[in-house]
Amino acid sequence: MPDILIIEDEPNIAHAVQFILSRDGWQVALHGDGLGGIEAIRGAKPRLVILDVMLPHRSGTEILAELRGDHDPSIAATPVLLLTARGQAHVPLADEVLAKPFANDDLRAVVRRMLV
Amino acid sequence: MTRSNSRILTGTRIRERRLALSRRQADVARAAGISAAYLNLIEHNRRPVGEHLVVRLAAALDVPAAELAEGREEARIAALREAAARLPAEVAAELDQAPEMLARFPGWAAVLIATARRAEGLERQLVTLSDRMTQDPYLLTTLHEVLSAVTSIRSTASILAEGGEIPPDWRDRFHANLDGDSLRLSRTAQALVAYLDSFDTQGAIFTPQEEVEAWIAAGAPPVDEAADLASDAARTLARDHLDRLTRDRAVLPDRVLTDAAALEPDPLRMAARLQQPLDLVMRRLADLKPRGFENAGLLICDGSGALILRSPSPGFPLARPGDACPLWPLFQALAQPQTAIAARLQAPSGRRFRSLSLATRHQPLGVEGPVLSHAQMLILPEEAGQPGEAGLPIGPACRICPRIGCPARREPSILATA
Repeated sequence: MPDILIIEDEPNIAHAVQFILSRDGWQVALHGDGLGGIEAIRGAKPRLVILDVMLPHRSGTEILAELRGDHDPSIAATPVLLLTARGQAHVPLADEVLAKPFANDDLRAVVRRMLV
Repeated sequence: MTRSNSRILTGTRIRERRLALSRRQADVARAAGISAAYLNLIEHNRRPVGEHLVVRLAAALDVPAAELAEGREEARIAALREAAARLPAEVAAELDQAPEMLARFPGWAAVLIATARRAEGLERQLVTLSDRMTQDPYLLTTLHEVLSAVTSIRSTASILAEGGEIPPDWRDRFHANLDGDSLRLSRTAQALVAYLDSFDTQGAIFTPQEEVEAWIAAGAPPVDEAADLASDAARTLARDHLDRLTRDRAVLPDRVLTDAAALEPDPLRMAARLQQPLDLVMRRLADLKPRGFENAGLLICDGSGALILRSPSPGFPLARPGDACPLWPLFQALAQPQTAIAARLQAPSGRRFRSLSLATRHQPLGVEGPVLSHAQMLILPEEAGQPGEAGLPIGPACRICPRIGCPARREPSILATA
């Protein structure tokens, strides 16, 4: 079971985030599309989901809404860090929001805060 | 502007011009072929100035007659009042002294008018660009592409700069990613610049509805030949519009409406006289524009408040399709179907309008079908400079409305923050 599941359609961003967090010792898995995102979360049961907002086929906010309504309370309560291009300070249902582009240290800090 | 006010303007301007030339009343009067006493009365606005006399006085004062003519002054005074009306209420200009200001300081008045017109033009550009930034799908997609490339480059470059051990395969991947993303960024940025360069900030057309509006404004030429109708959706909307006009004309022909409008200026009484529904009469008045309704405009919305026809009067404040002012009586009518609502309206520019709004309901699918509502608002501009009540302060839509303290405001104005 990974610590973190990254749902991000940009492979270069996904790989960079994966490398940064793996080097900090976290187990990281990737999923590259909005489609099947909720199934990937149910299957992997990660401790944290890093979710991009602008995904093809299905947006991150749609996935987030479905996640929070999941019949399994442990799945519904999965902490979510939302990656957004719009710089919102707060997004309903998300635990944390990080605006792109972000500093690697900021990413590490927010993940540590959410998992430790 | 009343007739007596116009006289005052002309007399004052004659006096100002004579004093500017340091000439005596007697000399100017003699040159114009009138007595000095009569010129004195004119200059103090106690006598009317006929067209021929204006020409003679203008020659005597070595100034173009148009400079002393009433119409030109009226237009300038209206422009000064519009300039004042565009500012917030707390900036209170002495509107009643606009004629005096124009007469005494024509240069400064021209500067003020030109500045107000430039500000109006810049506001239009700002609105167009703002709409592009928030609604244009190509721009949104391209900006997302730029941001994705920047995010990837920043994170990857930081990984490489941070040092520490990086396995060779990951290092190679990051180098390749940097190369690919920097190339993607440069190409996208070039495309973005080219696209921004192509902006026609004087009024780009985006939506089918805007295409139809441009087509109507151009006189509704044949649909298949109309350059303004670029999309299939716009051509379909235009044909629907023509079908509706044809049906309305068949029930209420041009000649019948023209005769009725000549006898009765009130649309309600006109409808009663014609024994036709008011909504039909309103649509036909806006389409035919008979005498007395030359600048009539019409807005139609459905039960959701979405505007399905926008053919406004000149100067009526409109935003892009999909946005509107909640204070328009058009929307009030939806809550009071079959009741005509008359109102006086004032745009942020200071222009005033009379409006007549009416909502109707019908069930095209029978008694079991849904009830459909439509509302329409006939707009009739009042002449600039005409005295009268200010009317309900309306705007185009909150986002581009300068009325900051409006109780109906639902979002901040970009004009207030610009």
